[in-house]
Amino acid sequence: MGLNAKNKKARSKERAAKILIWSAAVSVMAVLFFIVVYILVKGLPVVSIGFLTEIPSNMGRSGGISSTIVGTVLITLVAVAIAAPFGIGTAFYLAEYTRESIVTRIIRFCAESLAGIPSIVYGLFGFIFFVIYLGFGYSVLSGGLTLAFMILPTIIRTSEEAIKTVPNIYREVSMSLGASKWQTIYKVVFPSALRGIANGIVLSIGRSIAETAAVIYTAGSVLRMPSSMFSSSRTMAVHFFILASEGISMENAFGTAALLVILIFFINVVVNMLVNRFIAKGR
Amino acid sequence: MDYKIKIEAFKFFYGREQVINGIDLNIPKNGIFSLLGPAKSGITTMLRAVNRLSDIVPGARMEGSILLDGKNINDADVNVAELRRRVGIVFDVPAPLPMSVYENVAFGPKLLKKGKAEIRALVEESLQTAALWDDVKDRLNTPAQSLSGGQQQRLCIARVLALKPEVILLDRPCSGLDPISTAKIEESLIQLKELYTIVIAPHNVQQAVRISDRAAFMLSGDLIEEGANTEIFSNPVHKRTSDYITGRFG
Repeated sequence: MGLNAKNKKARSKERAAKILIWSAAVSVMAVLFFIVVYILVKGLPVVSIGFLTEIPSNMGRSGGISSTIVGTVLITLVAVAIAAPFGIGTAFYLAEYTRESIVTRIIRFCAESLAGIPSIVYGLFGFIFFVIYLGFGYSVLSGGLTLAFMILPTIIRTSEEAIKTVPNIYREVSMSLGASKWQTIYKVVFPSALRGIANGIVLSIGRSIAETAAVIYTAGSVLRMPSSMFSSSRTMAVHFFILASEGISMENAFGTAALLVILIFFINVVVNMLVNRFIAKGR
Repeated sequence: MDYKIKIEAFKFFYGREQVINGIDLNIPKNGIFSLLGPAKSGITTMLRAVNRLSDIVPGARMEGSILLDGKNINDADVNVAELRRRVGIVFDVPAPLPMSVYENVAFGPKLLKKGKAEIRALVEESLQTAALWDDVKDRLNTPAQSLSGGQQQRLCIARVLALKPEVILLDRPCSGLDPISTAKIEESLIQLKELYTIVIAPHNVQQAVRISDRAAFMLSGDLIEEGANTEIFSNPVHKRTSDYITGRFG
């Protein structure tokens, strides 16, 4: 075979690969785009000021969804406020304070196993442990705690990955300038890993907001506005599930779904902005 | 002679692998001391042992002693952070922290909880001494990573100077730099040696000849020869030293 023919063959292979990869990316984008647009087109017409501010009435057939928005935000806040410190702490322990050993492998194995458990099992655990055994009842607190357990492995894993990508030379430089291990972690490693850690937290927030099985048995499905950590509350995802599965109101179900999508998008943007502002200094 | 650092029967191990086989070496105060030799000679390990940066490598172990002003740096009552402030190090790759130019130089002094005005003065003075002030005085708040390689390395020197050290260790500080940046750094070092004890792993023999007052030749963890610049480079005692400095291997 001549050099020219070989070249031609290589070039057509190159082109085929390009088209294949390109079409994979485009089809993924297209599916995503279709889903989001479909939900927004079906849901947005229902969304009005009243839909945002009124409490659902008549089982959700009429009125707004304000109490479920508040419930969703509260439960997610509880989950993240509890899981983030423990998850990030564990990640720093695994990445910075121990060498690879039996202990780290056990911790990692436990975290991985936790990640693989179906969320309904978390719901059952939360129901037995928080709702009944600890006597928190169907409540924002029970729901938040259950979700905290559910998102913990995600936070541990993404944070650990983020910490591991911080170049080792940064640690050496920091220590060579007289910083202690803790000062090095706090002043150098944490800021450098922050973007990755924040990504893990955004991912966890998304999962918490979208979760139904784990919260329906722990936070309940009451439509009243939650007044304390011990109030039972319905999240938006649960509200959507009930509206749709019991055929109460498809319009309001889509309205809720549209707001869910917007809420998750909004949180993504806000967290990104916060991270950018925090690490803007000199990066 | 007034010795700043005395290394006695020093051995170093990474796990089971021995990388330094027992070295005795005296480094005089104020001057440039070159530790030269081919890769894998144990020079980086030797330098890092002097400010105990080698501590952070898992499985590292040493024997023998290193005395700084007559005090063993591995004694239990030595404050490691304090030691590292007295013995600064510049690495073989420019390693600015992911912060602004100013924050990089201020990093060490800030850990000491010094006042703002004092830190500002220290930053300016250190950048001046490292011959970087004129390059960066208008962009102290830009990311350090936006500087050129040579500027970054001078920033790393300034960062060490801001801690008012007594000894500066440099591990092949010019290995990735162009000749002009290298010349600038060598110039700075020659000025700095009046005030500091400088121990450098030069990136080639020519550099060692140009700047050092004394030099030692290491090979595979052994110290082959040590002496004043005029002796070791013009009249080496050992054949392996002369082979290395004439470029027969290395």
